[in-house]
Amino acid sequence: MGAVAHVLAVDPVPARSQMGSSLGFHIILACFGIAFAAVTMTAEWIGIRRGDAAALLLARRWSKVMAVLVAVGAVSGTVLSYEMGLLWPGLMGRFGAAIGFPFSVEGIFFFLEAIFVGVYLYGWRRLPAWAHWWSGMPIVVAGVLGAMSVVAANSWMNSPAGYTLRHGKITRVDPVSVFFNASTPYETAHMVLAAYMVTGFLVAGVYAVGLLRGRRDRYHRLGFAVPFTLAGIAAPLQVMMGDIIARFIAHNQPVKFAAMEYVPRTTRDVPEWVGGILISGHVYFGASIPSFDSILVGFSPHTRVIGWDSVPPAQRPPLVTLIHLSFNLMLGLGFFLFALAAWQGWWWWFHRRLLVTAWFLVPSALGGVAAVAAMEAGWVVTEVGRQPWIVYRVLLVSDAVTPASGVPVTLGVILALYAILTVVSIGVPMIMSRRLRQGAPAEEDAEQVPYGPSPAGAGASPAVPRASSGGPEAP
Amino acid sequence: MSPSPEAIAVAAILFVVIAAYALFGGADFGGGIWDLLAGSAERGAPPRGLIDESITPVWEANHVWLVFILVLLWTAFPPAFAAIMTALFVPLSLSLLGIVLRGVGFAFRHTAQRLRMQQLTGAMFAASSLITPFFMGTVVGAVATGQVPVHPAGNVLAAWTSPTAILTGFLFVAACAYVSAVFLVLEARQRGHQDLMRYFSLRATAAGVLTGALAGGTFAELPVSAPHVFAGLTGIALPLVAISIAAGIAVLGMLWVRWYHALGLRVTAAIAVAAVVWGWGLAQYPYLFPTSLSLAAGSAPTASLVAEFVVAGLAVLLVAPGFALLYFLQQRRLLTAAETDSDLRLAARPGQALPGQPAAAPAPAATRMTTALVLAVLAIKAIRDVFSPSHRQ
Repeated sequence: MGAVAHVLAVDPVPARSQMGSSLGFHIILACFGIAFAAVTMTAEWIGIRRGDAAALLLARRWSKVMAVLVAVGAVSGTVLSYEMGLLWPGLMGRFGAAIGFPFSVEGIFFFLEAIFVGVYLYGWRRLPAWAHWWSGMPIVVAGVLGAMSVVAANSWMNSPAGYTLRHGKITRVDPVSVFFNASTPYETAHMVLAAYMVTGFLVAGVYAVGLLRGRRDRYHRLGFAVPFTLAGIAAPLQVMMGDIIARFIAHNQPVKFAAMEYVPRTTRDVPEWVGGILISGHVYFGASIPSFDSILVGFSPHTRVIGWDSVPPAQRPPLVTLIHLSFNLMLGLGFFLFALAAWQGWWWWFHRRLLVTAWFLVPSALGGVAAVAAMEAGWVVTEVGRQPWIVYRVLLVSDAVTPASGVPVTLGVILALYAILTVVSIGVPMIMSRRLRQGAPAEEDAEQVPYGPSPAGAGASPAVPRASSGGPEAP
Repeated sequence: MSPSPEAIAVAAILFVVIAAYALFGGADFGGGIWDLLAGSAERGAPPRGLIDESITPVWEANHVWLVFILVLLWTAFPPAFAAIMTALFVPLSLSLLGIVLRGVGFAFRHTAQRLRMQQLTGAMFAASSLITPFFMGTVVGAVATGQVPVHPAGNVLAAWTSPTAILTGFLFVAACAYVSAVFLVLEARQRGHQDLMRYFSLRATAAGVLTGALAGGTFAELPVSAPHVFAGLTGIALPLVAISIAAGIAVLGMLWVRWYHALGLRVTAAIAVAAVVWGWGLAQYPYLFPTSLSLAAGSAPTASLVAEFVVAGLAVLLVAPGFALLYFLQQRRLLTAAETDSDLRLAARPGQALPGQPAAAPAPAATRMTTALVLAVLAIKAIRDVFSPSHRQ
């Protein structure tokens, strides 16, 4: 994570590290808040529509995991709200009137999400099938709109708009312009797609491991296929979106773009660097593609790309190598996930079967980790790339940081606590699944959900017909 | 310069939310305090069980109120927010630590298998229930005494370690314990636990008396440490203070004569807390920090205040139908605890009957449900369902 490397470079280092690690932790849970409901509801839709018991069972178990992750996310989200003030009073004191608005809007969506998670989780038994399905829809919508609200606050730091400053004090605010600043549409789309990829590939990865261990029943096939499909749809869109955003950054935050692509001087025919470490102005160990960066920015080798020489050294981001390599890592992992999705899609298109060879499943099992790493790298690029500004070209990080002593202590405590929270949020679902498997592995498929296709009722008929779509297989 | 009507309106909303947090969050923290004081594992099992049952579905709701307080403060009164967060860095960080530990402890507690581990996580949960309200109290004490500089250069230790601030911290802890014990009496009554009703009735009375004594002690400090707030409390806010005191005494009276009326007792206790919070707010008027930062000087531009007002309206408009739906479903008994997996297994096994009743929570009374539903995310409940003993059979 950028936070650690950052320790050595910038002045308000402990505060940035603490914010970075808190955000880096929370963002993974936030992904589940945004996208997990859609994954669960897709499985439920299949279950109701096709009378598929395995799909319904998956959906019900996922809804329980969702509740656990939302709970931990509520705690880590509270930490972030505190930290906005504890670490950056200079930002909130001066610009709270502007940046506070998107956060307030987010509060509404968090509230709605919480209410309907409650309905969804507790409505499984008694609500009619489709009514229950629809009760999940507000979670999906609130997830996307809530993400948009929080991302809008971050976008505003990249493209500040909608306020009037007089003598360093905000005198007028236009909340709508604050919310819909220039970066909002790009960052929102990027983040929502990332959330679907992280959630989808992580959940699919769990079932890929199950499939690799030979549990090739319908339960595991569906458990893999449903989240993988959603993430697989998001992957190509994300690649397209990334390309559009890169051009937007080149235009909107040229110095950040210069750091991402190693562009020291404003010229034409700028090469594209793949990998490489920047040491005193030279790129080592990197491969360069001549003029390709210019082509990417303006579709012509003669496009002028602005370098970081356009601003004085004090206004250039630190840790250029970290920014560039994080950017490359995000791209590389993005294409890797895109390739996985394309492979499965191709196989499905021609064979109408799920591809379950180990050659495909082993990388798929790691897909979730790759998606998380790509997202974290992306946040490193956008956050470190904005340095030394906290509000781009308006407020320096060093002017926003708290003068209070004690941040190194809270940093240490936060790191320790988040290590524990990580264990909780990974460990609890793992224990849950192990318990569930120990129960009766052979019947994983045949378990009935209340409004499923069950002919069993209260177990009246001795020969329970299995759901037509798949019989149980011994593990 | 007198504050704009918009600033006054948003400040009023802020104090409504603070009162809600004091009440719901306070009851929640208080549960943890009684858990801490419940004694040995054996002796404390019944009260701990009741506390756990009552808090589990609601403990997360508090984050919503707290986050609303922070967001309202930083959007509508940015300079005050920045100054508080800087000068009171230490107590605020400690209260945050309490919030996180509480979440972790609570979550772990239900998954922990061994008694030792359960005790450790339980202690974590209980101890954090003590430190969070205490340090929040010192923060309020620091603000009310006007000890927070408008442009602090760093931590201001003296602000929250003054006798008034420390007393306020203890007052908060006692008030949490008091509110919680009153609510727990009703929880026990609803579940038909006669002995626990007496148990918490006794403790509610003790905590009530202690709260009153601490409030008196704090009040005695005010003429010197916070003259403006003292003048307000004995002037414009006097009716609210009187109502709070009357309600507090009324609750003690009700407990004394064992008139455990669910709505009456709950509402009276709520009035006792809310009235004193609003009294404090009114007494501070027209200052954010008496008397160095006025509401007029510390509030955001009008558009931001109006936006907050609109957001609060939207929240009511959007969230109210959600609640109505929840309430409707709850009334028609359409929401039950998700069935355990063992139920499902039984259903799938030929020839075996499904247990008549799923492992559902007892249908709670309407009032409690309303609170419970606000909170909505019933995650821990779900974990417990998965790990319930019936599943392991």
